[in-house]
Amino acid sequence: MKCQNCKKNDATTHVKRMINGVTEEYELCAECAEKLGYGNIFNDIRSDFENSFFGGFNSLFNSFFENALPARTQATRCETCGASYNDIKRTGMMGCADCYSVFRDEIMPTVVRVHGNTVHCGKNSPSYKAETVEKSEEKVEEKPVSELDSLKKELETAIENQEFEKAAELRDRIKAMEENNE
Amino acid sequence: MSNIVIETRIRLARNLKKYPFPIRLGRAGKEEVANIIIDAVKNSNSPLADELDVIWVKDLTEYERASLVEKRLVSPEFVSDSDGKALILSKDRTMSIMLNEEDHIRLQIFSKGFELDKAFDIADKLDTLLDENLEFAFDESLGYLTQCPTNLGTGMRASVMLHLPALKAGRAVSRIAGNLQKLGLTIRGAFGEGSEPKGAVYQLSNQVTLGISEKSAIENLKNIAEQLVKRELDAQKRMSASIEAQDKIMRSLGVLKYARQISCDEALELLSNVRFGINCGLIDSIGVDDVDKIAEKIRPATIMSENGEMSAEQRDKVRAEIINKALL
Repeated sequence: MKCQNCKKNDATTHVKRMINGVTEEYELCAECAEKLGYGNIFNDIRSDFENSFFGGFNSLFNSFFENALPARTQATRCETCGASYNDIKRTGMMGCADCYSVFRDEIMPTVVRVHGNTVHCGKNSPSYKAETVEKSEEKVEEKPVSELDSLKKELETAIENQEFEKAAELRDRIKAMEENNE
Repeated sequence: MSNIVIETRIRLARNLKKYPFPIRLGRAGKEEVANIIIDAVKNSNSPLADELDVIWVKDLTEYERASLVEKRLVSPEFVSDSDGKALILSKDRTMSIMLNEEDHIRLQIFSKGFELDKAFDIADKLDTLLDENLEFAFDESLGYLTQCPTNLGTGMRASVMLHLPALKAGRAVSRIAGNLQKLGLTIRGAFGEGSEPKGAVYQLSNQVTLGISEKSAIENLKNIAEQLVKRELDAQKRMSASIEAQDKIMRSLGVLKYARQISCDEALELLSNVRFGINCGLIDSIGVDDVDKIAEKIRPATIMSENGEMSAEQRDKVRAEIINKALL
């Protein structure tokens, strides 16, 4: 694949960035990546060296995140907090809430290993819920989505009855529908 | 039941949506976050809000910090450095909020005895009040977003502190521990990860936080705790029938009453024997609550935060005096 910026060289660097919750991805050549400010790749190489140097301690965290990241994300940084995947791998800690969206693909194997393949089914943050209700009301004004609403209700009941498999399935369907609506 | 369960606690991990997690915050950033949370707690209209102490770790001496760990009000990690770290404590010490530990907020509710539902109810209400002002980081499928992915989902750790001298003596705890893991629970020494179960005090808590509701996790924990308590009581009954065990228990009481100096480890072990003795009716001059209170007072840093800095020998003497007096 050719670099999306100069359209000449082969793309060697994958850049994924998130601004206001919207993820953008680019394939760039090393030159353009450097020029556009994604040249932090060398820092990451250095920290890799430090990792191997102080391996005893850090390998603890590395093994926690052992489902290794593909090389393409080396240069990816979370726009909100500046954390790279290497930072996360090294410390075992996420940098901020947005890191969970930016590094979702990389982090999910770990989440699944710790918790099992599953979705949240406990308390919903009241402030988050209020926000979603507002949003869905806006949507309803534009275009009534009755099937979506009924699915959501079904989901609530499923969670209350602790029918988690059913809930997960419903949640996936709701998510797919919402994505289509956007 | 409550004689085996020493304490119940619920811990919730929360983070402010608008700020990076503590690991990506400098001292100024952490202090800003801490001050925002302190204001929100004070203005939360919670019944707890009137009776609060705010303690900045930077203002504490080394042994005052260690004493908070000994009293299990904070984690060892919390006092390992002081940057932007603050503690909100209710005056009655049933609630503590660690600010900028691993997450912005680690809200803990403590309750003596076996009261998981009650403790959760208090934590849940306070969490709801705080969320209105602070807006916590949350994702529909991952739940509450935490600095470490192991706490995703409910961000809740529910635990009970158990006194299991008979199961420990029969080496049953490590066998049970293996099976518990399959149920999403874990059992370990009462002072958290990697700590030795001094005085046969263990902490049983839920491990999995994603994909299981708070209620189910608590039910699960309650269920297993009840089974452990039953097995412990059976084992205590069997053990206490022997003259050797009775002798050991009564000698322990004797030493605690009359020793002139005693190390912390020895004192905790003997107190554990005495607690066992109370449970099986061999000792009735004191109650288990008294034993738990003594155990809290005799740890090294706690002795020094009351009496000033002193050597280990001096502490052993003061420790013996505290125990002699309490058992008189």
